[in-house]
Amino acid sequence: MTDIVTNPAPTQPENPDTKSRSLFQLAALRFRRNKAAMAGCVMMVLIALFSYIGPFFVPHSYDQVYSSYVSVGPSLEPRPDEASLEDAMRGVATRARVNLDEFNVEGQAFTATLSAESPIDPRATRYFDRANEFNNTQVVATENDGRVLKVEGNVSREYFFFGTDPNGRDMLARVMLGGQISIAVGLLASLVSLGIGVLYGATSGYLGGRVDNVMMRFVEILYSLPFVFLVVVLVVFFGRSFILIFLVIGAVEWLDMARIVRGQTLALKRREFVGAAQALGLSDWQIIRRHIIPNTIGPVIVFVTVVVPKVILLESFLSFLGLGVQAPLTSWGALISEGASNIQSAPWLLIFPAIFFVATLFSLNFIGDGLRDALDPKDR
Amino acid sequence: MLAFVLRRLASAVPTLFIVVTISFFLMRFAPGGPFNLERPLPPATMENIMRTYQLDQPLWRQYVTYITNAVQGDFGPSYIYKDNSVAELIGKGLPYSMELGLYALLLALIGGVTLGTIAALRQNSLLDFSIMSLATVGTTIPNFVVGPVLTLIFAIVLSMLPAGGWGDGSLRFLLLPMIALALPQLAVFARLTRGSMIEALHADHIRTARAYGLPPRIVVITHAMRGALLPVVSYLAPCAAALMTGSAVVETIFTIPGIGRYFVLGALNRDYTLVMGTVVLIAIFVIVFNLVVDLIYGLLDPRVRHD
Repeated sequence: MTDIVTNPAPTQPENPDTKSRSLFQLAALRFRRNKAAMAGCVMMVLIALFSYIGPFFVPHSYDQVYSSYVSVGPSLEPRPDEASLEDAMRGVATRARVNLDEFNVEGQAFTATLSAESPIDPRATRYFDRANEFNNTQVVATENDGRVLKVEGNVSREYFFFGTDPNGRDMLARVMLGGQISIAVGLLASLVSLGIGVLYGATSGYLGGRVDNVMMRFVEILYSLPFVFLVVVLVVFFGRSFILIFLVIGAVEWLDMARIVRGQTLALKRREFVGAAQALGLSDWQIIRRHIIPNTIGPVIVFVTVVVPKVILLESFLSFLGLGVQAPLTSWGALISEGASNIQSAPWLLIFPAIFFVATLFSLNFIGDGLRDALDPKDR
Repeated sequence: MLAFVLRRLASAVPTLFIVVTISFFLMRFAPGGPFNLERPLPPATMENIMRTYQLDQPLWRQYVTYITNAVQGDFGPSYIYKDNSVAELIGKGLPYSMELGLYALLLALIGGVTLGTIAALRQNSLLDFSIMSLATVGTTIPNFVVGPVLTLIFAIVLSMLPAGGWGDGSLRFLLLPMIALALPQLAVFARLTRGSMIEALHADHIRTARAYGLPPRIVVITHAMRGALLPVVSYLAPCAAALMTGSAVVETIFTIPGIGRYFVLGALNRDYTLVMGTVVLIAIFVIVFNLVVDLIYGLLDPRVRHD
């Protein structure tokens, strides 16, 4: 297998200028030719940018509650519109116990004339600022011994492109946060499973004999445990903080990795360079670290791309069951679950997180398939 | 044959034992307990409850008691569903989960094998491509997305089907949860069948059968299918076990009174006995289906002999 790898046949033999390419260059070339995989890469980068850079361009934070906009639908128009502004103003006036005589909106500013039986306390403007729609309300003129008050201020109009949830939080910001958490958990949990799996597999395979037997038997026992059960119990056991969740998921997902690495190691340890290292008197741990693990990297990388979507899925599954990160943090799974329970009244709560979630899974799967095809030396 | 079955069942006992032991101690070491409510119970009441359920005894004794009772088929009372024993709860929920799971399994198996075979026969055609794209969609989109989306389309926008519940158990009620359960498995079956069918169609005995002039349908169904089904059959065991023991997600979305929810609810509420009962049940299903699949293997491939 390595003979093929170290002597890559030039793709165009008739052209003497063609440089021989390394395995990695060939793989990169094949990967770049794979349209689905490249599209997946672009998509994934876009989703990551959306999740991590997007919040800087959205004025709302993910946990900010807009009590005036509970469960409003997605719209490209700013909220509130003129008609509902007047309603909102009337509501505020009622709360301030004054009458609204006149109300005008011009662009971002409003003017209103208020009246009451007795002189109005100028501090009543606070009632206006308290509503989400208005701010910077100031008294510009008083008439009739303060019984009529002319006020003006700014209208704050909010854009909710993805609508809001039943608590009045901006879905756009929440979908972005969900993306941050889901992607972060996906990567970190994969790294954890990579770490455990590679170390375990390499140790087991290299030491061999009885140690190998016991270590692999242990893996088999873990395999036989109902998988969902293990995750649920671990989450219950360790609590539900963000860090523990990816540790738990990583701790469950390493089994396949360990088997793959062990298989690789069994083949590697009969090779000359390992024999040479042994002859030089290196310790087992040094050989595993410096000679075995670096040589297993190829299949391991391919496998990691398979693990990442699996882990994202698992995290979302846990969140869907209510075992994921805790509010006000959220993840796509938790958002989808919220959407599923409000499906009748507010379908956008389901649709937006589901679109991003599914797009991510697709992209990752295409990238994984592309990498496998690109790194598989059998398939030129 | 019988000896093989007995030997396999005997070798399953230690596995079951280990599963039970690990889950017992993991559950017990988890913080919180079944009776830690938001408003704490008076100490005297708590003490009485703990004594009733024998939770005040040392852990090893509880473990021994649990194992002794479980071997005799007594899985204890549920701590949360107070008037029910775990066996009753499972007995009530299991038929629903199994019926739904069986339909979903049949749908996935028949649909997946058919689609996979068609794709293999028309390899690299547009039909093949679209079937495989559908399979990718099926494996990629998890059922907690498929379920709500199906409800949104068919129950709310089109109002053709009920959004959930078991109803009278007719197809109208079961169709959506069935599809949500079956779709990912159907996709896996289609992929497996396509792969092994392409290989089987290139085998020598198929070429011979074709050279004899047998009709293509016979060649595919009786000769190629037999070999092509082997990987499908080996996937059947985990798939059947997963479908029949109920899915927490699908049962939650479609409000089906199966046992899938018990497991998650039990774990959240520290209903130790309920969780243990569910775990044992799942483990038994996995073991039994693995055994059944090994037997089917012997039927399909005479080279696999159990003696």
